[in-house]
Amino acid sequence: MASVSDIDPPETPDTSSIAMALDTSAVAKIAHLARLEVADDDLDGYAAELSNILDLVEQMQRVDTSGVDPMAHPLHMAQRLRPDRVTEADQREHFQQHAPLTEDGLYLVPKVIE
Amino acid sequence: MHDKTIAELATGLREKAFSSRELTQHYLDRISRHDPALNSYITVTADAALAAADSADQAIAAGVGGPLTGIPIAHKDIFCTDGVRTSCGSRMLDRFIAPYDATVVERLAAAGAVCLGKTNMDEFAMGSSNETSWYGPVRNPWDRERVPGGSSGGSAAAVAARLCAAATGTDTGGSIRQPAALCGITGIKPTYGRCSRWGMIAFASSLDQAGVLSRSAADAALLLAAMAGFDPRDSTSADEPVPDYAALLDGDLAGLKIGLPREYFGEGLDAAVAASVQEAVKRFERLGASVREISLPNSPLSVPVYYVVAPAECSSNLARYDGVRFGHRCAEPKDLEDLYKRSRAEGFGAEVKRRVMIGTYALSAGYYDAYYLKAQQIRHLISDDFRAAFANVDVIMGPTSPTTAFPLGAKTSDPVAMYLNDIYTIATNLAGLPGMSIPVAPADGLPVGLQLIGNYFQEGRLLNIAHRLQRETDWHLAAPPGLDD
Repeated sequence: MASVSDIDPPETPDTSSIAMALDTSAVAKIAHLARLEVADDDLDGYAAELSNILDLVEQMQRVDTSGVDPMAHPLHMAQRLRPDRVTEADQREHFQQHAPLTEDGLYLVPKVIE
Repeated sequence: MHDKTIAELATGLREKAFSSRELTQHYLDRISRHDPALNSYITVTADAALAAADSADQAIAAGVGGPLTGIPIAHKDIFCTDGVRTSCGSRMLDRFIAPYDATVVERLAAAGAVCLGKTNMDEFAMGSSNETSWYGPVRNPWDRERVPGGSSGGSAAAVAARLCAAATGTDTGGSIRQPAALCGITGIKPTYGRCSRWGMIAFASSLDQAGVLSRSAADAALLLAAMAGFDPRDSTSADEPVPDYAALLDGDLAGLKIGLPREYFGEGLDAAVAASVQEAVKRFERLGASVREISLPNSPLSVPVYYVVAPAECSSNLARYDGVRFGHRCAEPKDLEDLYKRSRAEGFGAEVKRRVMIGTYALSAGYYDAYYLKAQQIRHLISDDFRAAFANVDVIMGPTSPTTAFPLGAKTSDPVAMYLNDIYTIATNLAGLPGMSIPVAPADGLPVGLQLIGNYFQEGRLLNIAHRLQRETDWHLAAPPGLDD
């Protein structure tokens, strides 16, 4: 299974100009991480489109954000907790009725272990 | 019947001028007649609708009906509806039958609303024109060669064409407000956390919010009242009491302070759209409001920030579509990796794939700080701009969309051009504030929307402000031609 380090990070990312254009090998690596099959013929097209989007995003680098807290949640809420008790009913059969392939309550996929 | 307000329909049902069954059949007939040209519905649930209408008629006869009992509505196909296909506009979920009702669906059904069917939308809510749907584009009822806006384009077109009394939608970057503007109807996106996201297929979890598309603020108030409220099943649900929105509609506007952000009236805004918006603002002055210019200096960064945050969150949310437990599975997978890659490549359309890939890149090692973290920092600055503005004004107004409805296909070859349609709406989602769009004077025969942005949990105030304008003007009563029968 591929790991996150498949895309080689720069030693110290040059934040003054992060959006270098993506080349086809970068697109191929991203597609692999995202588990999306992309035909070789389509890599160029995606590289161009994604590079355009990164150009748009590049504008962020103009703003000085030193000392600014990142905002993950609009209302700055903390995760609500509840007692550690089982509250859900077992509806496996109900949920599996539209599954692609099942057997004995298990989901079937191609063999994983060699 | 289809031109009546929801309150008028409720009165008609109560006084037995017509039954919910007749009203529902009326809408189903209109859908058969007019929807082939618009494509606003993906699934019409005729039998279930008529059964629900019969139950509603019984409730009304027993004297236990409420303001929405027997009223036919439609749900954006992003809300899970038990036993009914829930496609999210995608091939990935084309054959997915939802095994439960979303909270929003459950609450509207409990209020007695009748569900006519599921409306078309941009795939996985990603789009501003309803052109990315697996089920084909939706056409704007005002001009069939133009887009209705997106991603809630189906709901907007269905409401504008009067193929339902009102509809639900979702708004992550403007997807209720922008189509409402392009279709000449009213749309409201409440404060983040106001409505439950349980059963609402996730796109970007810190931005998504359910809302209403309707022909008036008064109608929207009735639906929002039923939909809103704390839900323990949604970990981001706000535990805030729900006001009686209908009771707040007629409040006086004397002393209301309106702020117009200078950044929302600059380059890129169509002159005729600007003129309609300014005319509406003058009406508010006649109602006793005062207007001043304000500044939201970090606004120009909304679009770049959104196109990091939303794709990043979507790449995470869409990881669940792996062909294993539900949704599309490719034929004859060679191994597990092939199963994932081909199921996803076949199930997702081009825009979804672009956003998943951008999001994956932005979150990957070496780039997370420069992209995602940076975006979340600027998001904080954008939110602070609003906080500062609301210290001096009660409501912020401006255009909802920089242009009127554009032709189908005009922006599909340039994703970035498409993204700029949401330039005025996106900041509201980043800050989590409530926003509305209401129709004002058209420009060159096409609808124009005025956007209203309120402070946190001020939906009642927004509905009130919109309603007072709708009492004085008839822009919201205009209907697209050729759909009267």
